[in-house]
Amino acid sequence: MLCCVCKEKEAKVHLTQIVGDKMQKVDLCEACAAQKGVNDPAGFSLADLLLGLGASQEMEQAAGGAEVKCPNCGFTQADFKKAGRLGCSECYHAFSEGLEGLLKTMHKGTRHTGKVPQSLQQSRDLAERLKSLQKKLDKAVSDEDFEQAAQMRDEIKATRDKLGALPTT
Amino acid sequence: MTIHEFLIPPADIARREGPHDKIVMSSRVRLARNVKGLAFPGWAKKAERIKTLDVIRPAVQALPQMADSFSESMDNLSLLDKNILVERHLISREHAAKNAGSGLVLNRDETLCVMINEEDHLRMQALRPGLQLKQAWQAIDVVDSKLEKKLEYAFSPELGYLTACPTNLGTGIRVSAMLHLPGLVLAEQINQIIQAVNKLGLAVRGLYGEGTEALGNVFQVSNQMTLGESEPDIVERLNKVLSQIIEHEENARGTLLEKKTKTVYNHIGRAYGILANAHSISSKETMNLLSLMRLGVDLALFPEIERALVDELFVITQPNHLQKRYEDKLSAEERDLLRADMLRERLRNVSRPKPPKALPPADKDKSSG
Repeated sequence: MLCCVCKEKEAKVHLTQIVGDKMQKVDLCEACAAQKGVNDPAGFSLADLLLGLGASQEMEQAAGGAEVKCPNCGFTQADFKKAGRLGCSECYHAFSEGLEGLLKTMHKGTRHTGKVPQSLQQSRDLAERLKSLQKKLDKAVSDEDFEQAAQMRDEIKATRDKLGALPTT
Repeated sequence: MTIHEFLIPPADIARREGPHDKIVMSSRVRLARNVKGLAFPGWAKKAERIKTLDVIRPAVQALPQMADSFSESMDNLSLLDKNILVERHLISREHAAKNAGSGLVLNRDETLCVMINEEDHLRMQALRPGLQLKQAWQAIDVVDSKLEKKLEYAFSPELGYLTACPTNLGTGIRVSAMLHLPGLVLAEQINQIIQAVNKLGLAVRGLYGEGTEALGNVFQVSNQMTLGESEPDIVERLNKVLSQIIEHEENARGTLLEKKTKTVYNHIGRAYGILANAHSISSKETMNLLSLMRLGVDLALFPEIERALVDELFVITQPNHLQKRYEDKLSAEERDLLRADMLRERLRNVSRPKPPKALPPADKDKSSG
């Protein structure tokens, strides 16, 4: 069996981790094991190692064997395998398919439910307001309530202006 | 101003008080943030990192919370200075290893510390004495909201704040408390507690964070999951677990005192004996013995001293703090001698531990005979 990091030397160190109902195996040669700090229990983090390997396996499968590369920073899945860290914020987009499974095992959920930058929050709020105003306008027109329709039209314009004045993100 | 002129004396820091500070030494909330489109520090070339630092550092320094702050690029700090910041828990070990292209901004009262180009472009943390997670979160939330107006963060509506490591994705928050748990260690219940806490999805680490030993019976408890849960929920969850650990520690101390009175007094008495009389002592032994002395202060065995003295010694006896007092580079053996000198001097007027007069009737602990 070959080492799953360098894919060159014979694997001599075999690690298994079971999290929930998922089992992951890692086979390393002596040189890669030493480099990853497997022999030093204080500094070694199996989680970190598996993070890189596990995700890159999924990424490879997701890509159907083709090498995925981040168009923004040039980071590849091989780099992720080595570092366990991504290259830039756009990598999340480039490697999204492979990362999805990983995030599921790692976190409570796969959707952010916390803080949102205020500018985004505002534009989100305004976009939603715009939608509801549009509905009201449509209803007013079909009801032939032109006074109400005129009011909605003005409010939509005001909301659009506000949305346009926000810094783009 | 150099970092040493800036830093608050450990004696003053040790005197800061907070809720439950007998057991909770400090609270910390850290946020990870990145600038949109720029390569993360681990992937960026040196020139890019320097550029990023030049964009972020002025933005951080200009925050009203950072008036009179200390700011420096990591290559302008000596290894000794960086290690002193690690020993004070102001920066991570990882950040201490950085050089050109990384920096730090520390506010005047050392309650806010921002690391630039650590693993992420921004690692900002709020620190509070005792159990004050909510206050720490509110403080760093304000800083973050101000900073987002000046820097365009990498953020996705689905995944939240985008971080170099997927383990920090989402909120990018790490909420943690540093706990002194000698009772649970002496009662041999600490492993059960650690396992229970791990099962709840929280991490327990040693004194200096990831991959470090629990020296001096000090443990850090923190959240691990950052995606799919809001910041206030994470803070609340940690608060609940911490109040249970506090209760267990108090119970363990109570039970030990009742059932193993002599064992406890023996540990504390011996710790005092060595600390006050040794002529050579390592930093590890010092921490472990100071922990027992701290317990002795909590149990009112040292009526004339305050906990702050022990907490100060906890900081200033560490290797790099000790080295800083001397011009010449000291060997570990030389440090052990000077550390012992310092401890004898500081404990010279501290009388030995006095168990309370009204001892429980008969000591039931036969095993210590």
